[in-house]
Amino acid sequence: MANMQVLIVDDSSVMRKIVERSLRQAGLDIARVFEAGNGAEALAVLRDAKVDIILCDINMPVMDGLEFVKQLPGVENAKGVPVVMITTEGSEGHVVQALSAGARGYLRKPFTADQVKEHILPVLAGKS
Amino acid sequence: MLGSHLVVAPEPLSEGGLDMTAMVGLAGMLCGVLTVRCSSGSGTRMASKMLGVDSEKAVPEVWDALGEICNMVAGNFKNKISGMGDGCMLSVPTVITGGDYNCRSLGHADTLTVSFLFEEKPVIAALEIHG
Repeated sequence: MANMQVLIVDDSSVMRKIVERSLRQAGLDIARVFEAGNGAEALAVLRDAKVDIILCDINMPVMDGLEFVKQLPGVENAKGVPVVMITTEGSEGHVVQALSAGARGYLRKPFTADQVKEHILPVLAGKS
Repeated sequence: MLGSHLVVAPEPLSEGGLDMTAMVGLAGMLCGVLTVRCSSGSGTRMASKMLGVDSEKAVPEVWDALGEICNMVAGNFKNKISGMGDGCMLSVPTVITGGDYNCRSLGHADTLTVSFLFEEKPVIAALEIHG
């Protein structure tokens, strides 16, 4: 997919930059990256922007990633947009909750660019 | 993510000069705090390697980077304990900087401290678990 628009949701600005860097290292053709520090900010971004994929942390202040994913079905610009959770909160319960809420994939920190490629590309290809 | 290999220090390291401390609290079935301490120079180097930028450009990101490292260590520790994942929550990381301070939590606790060398500079991780 060329000229992708990506939304990265993480309360750590360092982690947002690392995720973006890893996506580019994985070979994704990214035209624009939108950033949000929590779920509420991400919902605000999606009011105006249409993206191709959302990468989202779970443990964040204000609105966590699970609540954010649960609210996505009501967001017009998020319809059909795959969400991949990227977090240290890699417990089975969190995985089940995130996937039940609509997330399409899951990646645990710390990760390598190869792991990003392995998890993100199938989601973009609709194979997850 | 750091692209570096940490080496366990052969003996306990001096805490002198470790002027950055990142902390992540654990609450629920397991209560305590995980701390990661290092010098600001090492913290800057870690941020630089995480972001793939020069040390100079990494300076504004040092606190965030060290907090995120502490968060990942705490999260992976928690996830390695069978059945613990959903019953233990992590706090958002806090990072303290300064040349002269002590960290002390209330209550009785057992502490596991491990000293590492990151590019030959000390990094000390401590896990304090409350009974």
